[in-house]
Amino acid sequence: MSAVEVAAVPATRGFTAPLRFLGSELSLIARRRRNQAGLAVLASVPIIVAIAVRVSNPTSSGSGDGGPEFLSSITGNGIFVALAALALELQLFLPIAVAAVAGDAIAGEANVGTLRYLLTVPVHRTRLLAVKYVGIVVGTFIATVTVAGTGVLAGLLLFGGGDVTLLSGTTIGMGEGLLRLLAICLYLTACLAALGAVGLFVSTLTEQPMGATIAIVMFNMISWILGLIPQIEWLHPYLLTHWWNSFGDLLRDPVAWDPLRNGLLSAAAYIVIFLSAAWARFGTRDVTS
Amino acid sequence: MTAFAVESSGLTKRFGRQVAVNAVDLAVPRGAVYGFLGPNGSGKTTTIRMLLGLIRPTTGGHALLGERMPGGAAAVLPRVGALVEGPGFHPYLSGMDNLRRLDAADRTASAATAEARIRAALDRVGLGAAAGKRFRAYSLGMRQRLALAGAMLAPRDLLILDEPTNGLDPQGTREVRALIGALAAEGATVLLSTHLLSEVEQVCSHVGVMHQGNLVAQSTLEELRAEAAPHAQVHTDRPADAARVLRELGLTEVTHDGAGATGLLGPVAPEKVVAALVHDGVPVRGFAVVAADLEEQFVALTGEGFDVSG
Repeated sequence: MSAVEVAAVPATRGFTAPLRFLGSELSLIARRRRNQAGLAVLASVPIIVAIAVRVSNPTSSGSGDGGPEFLSSITGNGIFVALAALALELQLFLPIAVAAVAGDAIAGEANVGTLRYLLTVPVHRTRLLAVKYVGIVVGTFIATVTVAGTGVLAGLLLFGGGDVTLLSGTTIGMGEGLLRLLAICLYLTACLAALGAVGLFVSTLTEQPMGATIAIVMFNMISWILGLIPQIEWLHPYLLTHWWNSFGDLLRDPVAWDPLRNGLLSAAAYIVIFLSAAWARFGTRDVTS
Repeated sequence: MTAFAVESSGLTKRFGRQVAVNAVDLAVPRGAVYGFLGPNGSGKTTTIRMLLGLIRPTTGGHALLGERMPGGAAAVLPRVGALVEGPGFHPYLSGMDNLRRLDAADRTASAATAEARIRAALDRVGLGAAAGKRFRAYSLGMRQRLALAGAMLAPRDLLILDEPTNGLDPQGTREVRALIGALAAEGATVLLSTHLLSEVEQVCSHVGVMHQGNLVAQSTLEELRAEAAPHAQVHTDRPADAARVLRELGLTEVTHDGAGATGLLGPVAPEKVVAALVHDGVPVRGFAVVAADLEEQFVALTGEGFDVSG
């Protein structure tokens, strides 16, 4: 067999082969009990929120009561259960979900010894990072949509739907409200995907997935904490988490695009920097696991 | 097409100041079953990791099946089946699903034939019945078999197997050795790392001996056996006289103790030795020609013992 013949094989199957490995990666993430349990926890928050509001304040007209954003609007329209849940889970629960999947990406494979076998298949290291990152992003989107979807279902069930009153006071139909919720999910996925890129990089540094996950969660928390210190306000726009809460701007009429655009630019910068770092680190690293 | 399936020149790996592999020139001919023998920690696995492109050599280079590595990895590694430092699989997936994942990662593997190839590989290592069990429930021997099945998912021209019989019971060991023989008979080249001398003697045509990061010997097994020089051993109650006779006949490295004398025969015919002893009136109680066995040779090469129970 000649080398040319061998080299021609990937070219002819180049279309389906990458998707096959990606499919395998997604099913690996989806079939892990730990990830399934994590998703159930994420989904439990909007249910708890909906029930708590229903039980405590069944006749409230939705006047501000000092609680977290969106919580007071729930009784007016069930869709706000989804928004309240997203706001509540954005600081810790959603980042933990991203960190669990991202921390596992390379370190998990190294830890169980599958990394050396994937690389000798061979899977090119750049391709492995690409497939792993797409897996993280898809997982992030599913996590976000799970929170929002469960929130909408629980909210509609307990409070009903109808026209949505935006933060700016205008009213839109339920259909457009759901579309805006989907846009929020996409925006938050982009934000969390930046954390996922940090996570993928951290995951190339170690063979301990749990250690990588903890480091990613700490990175996230430090970013939130720094964001609370007014004395370093100059730093705030550059923090990973600074623009995340701007998702509420998608609920104004007209939409306040500036913070959203900044948020997406910030996420893109983090993604480029940390994916490059992961590539630089993992592309040449000796795999001794 | 080169004559060598594995060829390295000056392959060297330093970890900090420690030299793990020192200027190794491997030459594994196509079609050979090459026993890569050495005590634990002699640099075998590090060499294998370099061969497969998992770690970068500090200096030196190598080629697999005529393709320079690591540049030719995408072209050549699909034709190479590997078992590196024990099995590595996802514990919560079944053996079958673990192989599906490996196959899905291979761009050159066809999805249409995947199930059939996976089945065939599992059957070949005797894991067909346990294919659906989770990997974490596998015994050490079953894990080792699954790793071998992973190395055989596609037709391979070269198999690089690091300690493939580790953890197997005697029956499993025999099966795996038969499997290696069958793969070689089908035309594959096999590079087999092991610390078991008996394994080399049973299945290998060629042998390379590693010691403290150096390749201290490399040849066919026959050549190495031929180098095993025969000794003459005389049992007598007059060892000193026997030793003198042996020296006079031209034997070298002559020694004697309370029970007799021994010497390296060289070109001297054994019957001449007996005749000379009798002629000189040395009472011969026993006489033997003893060739050093492979184990003694390896001990001489490496200064360490091998586990030969395997």
